[in-house]
Amino acid sequence: MTPSRRRFLSRVSIALSAAVAAVVGVPVVGFLLSPLTRKVPRQWRAVGQAELFKVGQTVSVTFDDASPLPWSGVTARTAAWLRREDTETFTAFAVNCTHLGCPVRWLADAGLFLCPCHGGVYNGDGSVAAGPPPKPLPRYPVRVRQGRVEILTSPLPIA
Amino acid sequence: MIRRALAWLDDRSGLVSWLKHALTHPVPPRTGWWYTFGSATFLAFVLQVVTGIALATAYVPSSGQAYDSLRFISEQALMGRFLRGLHYFGASAMVVMIGAHVARTYIMGAYKFPRELNWLSGALLLLLTMALAFTGQLLRWDQTAVWSVIIGAAQAGRMPVVGPQVARFLLAGDTVGGATLSRFFAFHVFFIPALVFALVGLHLMLVLRHGISERPVPGQPVDKATYRAAYQEMLRREGVPFWPDAAWRDVVFGAAMVAIVALLALVIGPPELGKPPDPSILEAYPRPDWYFLWYFALLALTPTSWEDAVIVFAPLVFGIVLLLIPIFNTGERSVRRRPWAALVVLFIVVTIGIFWAAGERAKWSPDFSAAPLSASAVHNDNPTVVEGARLFHDKGCEFCHAIGEQGGQRGPDLTEVGTRMNAVGIAGKITNGGPGMPAFARTLSPREVEALTAFLVTRQ
Ligand code: FES
Repeated sequence: MTPSRRRFLSRVSIALSAAVAAVVGVPVVGFLLSPLTRKVPRQWRAVGQAELFKVGQTVSVTFDDASPLPWSGVTARTAAWLRREDTETFTAFAVNCTHLGCPVRWLADAGLFLCPCHGGVYNGDGSVAAGPPPKPLPRYPVRVRQGRVEILTSPLPIA
Repeated sequence: MIRRALAWLDDRSGLVSWLKHALTHPVPPRTGWWYTFGSATFLAFVLQVVTGIALATAYVPSSGQAYDSLRFISEQALMGRFLRGLHYFGASAMVVMIGAHVARTYIMGAYKFPRELNWLSGALLLLLTMALAFTGQLLRWDQTAVWSVIIGAAQAGRMPVVGPQVARFLLAGDTVGGATLSRFFAFHVFFIPALVFALVGLHLMLVLRHGISERPVPGQPVDKATYRAAYQEMLRREGVPFWPDAAWRDVVFGAAMVAIVALLALVIGPPELGKPPDPSILEAYPRPDWYFLWYFALLALTPTSWEDAVIVFAPLVFGIVLLLIPIFNTGERSVRRRPWAALVVLFIVVTIGIFWAAGERAKWSPDFSAAPLSASAVHNDNPTVVEGARLFHDKGCEFCHAIGEQGGQRGPDLTEVGTRMNAVGIAGKITNGGPGMPAFARTLSPREVEALTAFLVTRQ
């Protein structure tokens, strides 16, 4: 084989191999990264009749996240702390501690949210009272439609 | 007959002579028990692969069904409980052994010329082992596992710029759900093990190529120009065949390790499955498996202003330093001439040990189960004091402060607070709070503060 023919054939082989790798690699990498490009769907989810909530009380409510896959099972469920401020207004707090995301608990008598992981404490209005959390508890949008309280599902509050 | 079969196999493949060569290659004499951690790590990995494959035949990696399939494995399948135990304690063994192996090679300077790549491939294997441990913990798809993903994602989210994207990549979306577990499953059983196999192959090839490092002798530094020849010369003079002169120790040590793993799996069994993986059950107390517990403790004890440094930069710096170590690749190997090497290892082990013990006790976590103080614990029947004792529980004070044997450890023990502080001081502390303690001015009426104070001054 002449050297130039040899060079030509090796270039063709390398180019073809690269093309094959791309045909396989692009969809694989794209598929793995697809969660990054997916649009964040948001849904209003009803969590109960408004009259069932007592003014001044904070309770946990459970609802499904925005777009659960059919095989998500119970992991599709999420929760929020919902408080009826007065007849008209509701406030919904994320259950995730802003420190590292652990589920905070509401202590009704003390009027505080307490985090089990590293002992973060939040006041009733979600502001940080003590401990490691850097930010107040995030809030979810809430509205009342036809007598039902609805919460706007949101991504996990991260960073 | 067998001999003929082997001869045929060797003629067609060369495998037998290659194996013979690998087994009988000369190794330095007097290697001793310190040299068995590496093969034990490998053995633990093989154990993980075998038990993992067995478990995978019954495990359903679906976020909706994994929990039930684990219940089935642990409660009904023949020896399923034992297998899960083997896999769990095998993981622990692998973590411990790779830690010991890294420490040993570092202390003995075995990473020095010409074995830099042995160290690099080993360092990557250490990181992959941690990744296997983390992803494996998640496959135990119970409540703790779900919260671990959320916490892991929150941690990743602290990275500058790319944080939220990395978090979404881990979760496979914006919340824990249908795709999260499948992703971790694929990483835990396919992707990371494949990398481990490849790197172990490279690692072993390098060990054969450069030979097992001989015991360091103080005052005999590695010199690039002469080391190889001197090593070969030493092997010719006093080398012994790997099998069985050195290998028997690997076998004995490995067998002992497997025996311990099996015993623990039988006696203690696998970690119990917690509550179902339902993120809306908020009665949760997430904490990692023991090999990450020290890190969990570190995060609890870091002051807030240092936090981002600890979460993001500390692992980064650790990784970089680990990869840079072989830059110091010649010179003294003996730890007698490198006392700082021993000190570094000692420092790391002690630090991890301290934080691990702290994590075991988790004093910073409020004790939600603290029961109201009994009348005998209050030992005072002044109505205001009794009222204060009730408030001490109801207002959550007791979750963080202990009185007698009851209550949390997050704040100072208040059993004898009356001897340290007067009423004014106590009332001020309650209303204004302090570092780590909320100010109760907004949530307590003056009367309640008074009752609490009255109760606390009687504590002496
Ligand atoms: S996650 Fe809440 S305090 Fe750390």
